[in-house]
Amino acid sequence: MLIELVNVSKTFSDGHRALSNINIKIDNGEFVFLVGPSGAGKSTLIKLLLKELEADQGTILINDKDVTRMKRKDIPFLRRSIGVVFQDFRLLHEKTVYENVAFAMEVVEAPAKDIRRQVPIVLSLVGLSKKSNLYPSQLSGGEQQRVSLARAMVNGPSILIADEPTGNLDPDTSWEIMRNLSEINHRGTTILMATHAKEIVDAMKKRVIAIEECTIARDDKKGGYGI
Amino acid sequence: MIEILQYEFMQRAFIAGIMVAVTCPLIGIFIVLKRLSMIGDTLSHASLAGIAAGMLWGFYPFWGALAFSVTGAIAIEKLRKTFSKYEEISNSIILSTGIGLAVVMIGLAKGFNTDLMGYLFGSIAAVNSQDIYIMSALSLVIILSVIVLYKKLFYIAFDEEGAQISGISVDFLNIYLTILTALTVVVSMRIVGVFMVSSMLVIPVAAAIQAGTGFIKTMILSVVFALISVVLGLILSYYLDIAPGGTIVLLSVLILLIVIFTKGIKKEK
Repeated sequence: MLIELVNVSKTFSDGHRALSNINIKIDNGEFVFLVGPSGAGKSTLIKLLLKELEADQGTILINDKDVTRMKRKDIPFLRRSIGVVFQDFRLLHEKTVYENVAFAMEVVEAPAKDIRRQVPIVLSLVGLSKKSNLYPSQLSGGEQQRVSLARAMVNGPSILIADEPTGNLDPDTSWEIMRNLSEINHRGTTILMATHAKEIVDAMKKRVIAIEECTIARDDKKGGYGI
Repeated sequence: MIEILQYEFMQRAFIAGIMVAVTCPLIGIFIVLKRLSMIGDTLSHASLAGIAAGMLWGFYPFWGALAFSVTGAIAIEKLRKTFSKYEEISNSIILSTGIGLAVVMIGLAKGFNTDLMGYLFGSIAAVNSQDIYIMSALSLVIILSVIVLYKKLFYIAFDEEGAQISGISVDFLNIYLTILTALTVVVSMRIVGVFMVSSMLVIPVAAAIQAGTGFIKTMILSVVFALISVVLGLILSYYLDIAPGGTIVLLSVLILLIVIFTKGIKKEK
């Protein structure tokens, strides 16, 4: 099992309950949509997986490692095994497409040889080989999101978390991103995508976990968005 | 110009000044981008307590300043976690503690003398060879740290959360940057004075941000601005017999104003 949450609960210090008794198992190579109304706990769940937040109760296992009991010094290594894509791309604007992607390897001190080999591979995976010398401001929204996808994948993570990756994009561009994500998934990376995009979830026929009022309302193997 | 370089104390002042002009903007740019401009003030007040301790118990004030400012740096980071919703409180607490301790110890040491004034407002004549050795060692640590950690510090300054989830030890680097700031404060206090160290961390960077594009250019430009302020400031303070700290800081403010003014004219065109 790649990701396993057992009886996980989280309440914030102001008393606001975010997640209650969550149990999820995600296998290697799965594609999982995380749906539910804003504030239902999707972002909290993602932050728990990345150990940006601590669970009050329960156990979270990633790659068989107990994240809840992990020592502080091991947290950066956990995060390097997970790629993350955000709604707002978060690219560095004074760096080119190539430099943005290479930077993600440089900061974790990857050897220069690996960087030169790996960056063109992920850029071609997202179809941006010809735009590697452009700056983010010269790209469309969809292309910027593809750069951030390449950046998230460049260190070869086993899990890719996408938090509303199509939230700022029009429907056509959103489908381009979904094609990229499917391709990445076919190559073996597990994908967990939080989204509000009903059409996408309904059309993809993938596993859907719905979180409502801090608990799992539904976990369907080939589900739809629901109401 | 040649004439003033004949004096050994002026040579030392220039060497010390150049170290200040290089290290302050190098650290200052990260401080400014992280919106922590207050931290220089806080740490300089902590270092003042160390100077006072040195005067009271008769040890070399530099060591006191170093110990107190580094301790202050670590305390700020710890307190920031305690008051996570009101992070700036940690600055106020350490600043108050520093100045409180300093005033009490200076009083006990009956130390309101020219030596203290030198530390407060900066002094040309007071820089001795021992100061230069310590300042050189600290400057070396600061410069090498920035070179080695440049990419990580850059990422944290622009997108702390992004840096964190990409697997950078952000907590450790934040503490380390604060400690580097403490070291920079100690390097600078002799020439610019405790009261004005913070300005040297912030103002040349502010001017460079107005003028430059891109991070590296901004960094280089801020060092150039700081060098101009320090060198001119030292010459002026020698000939006019005024405290170097204020002169240097006023010159850097003047550069900032010129940059803002010329930028305004360019925009109108």
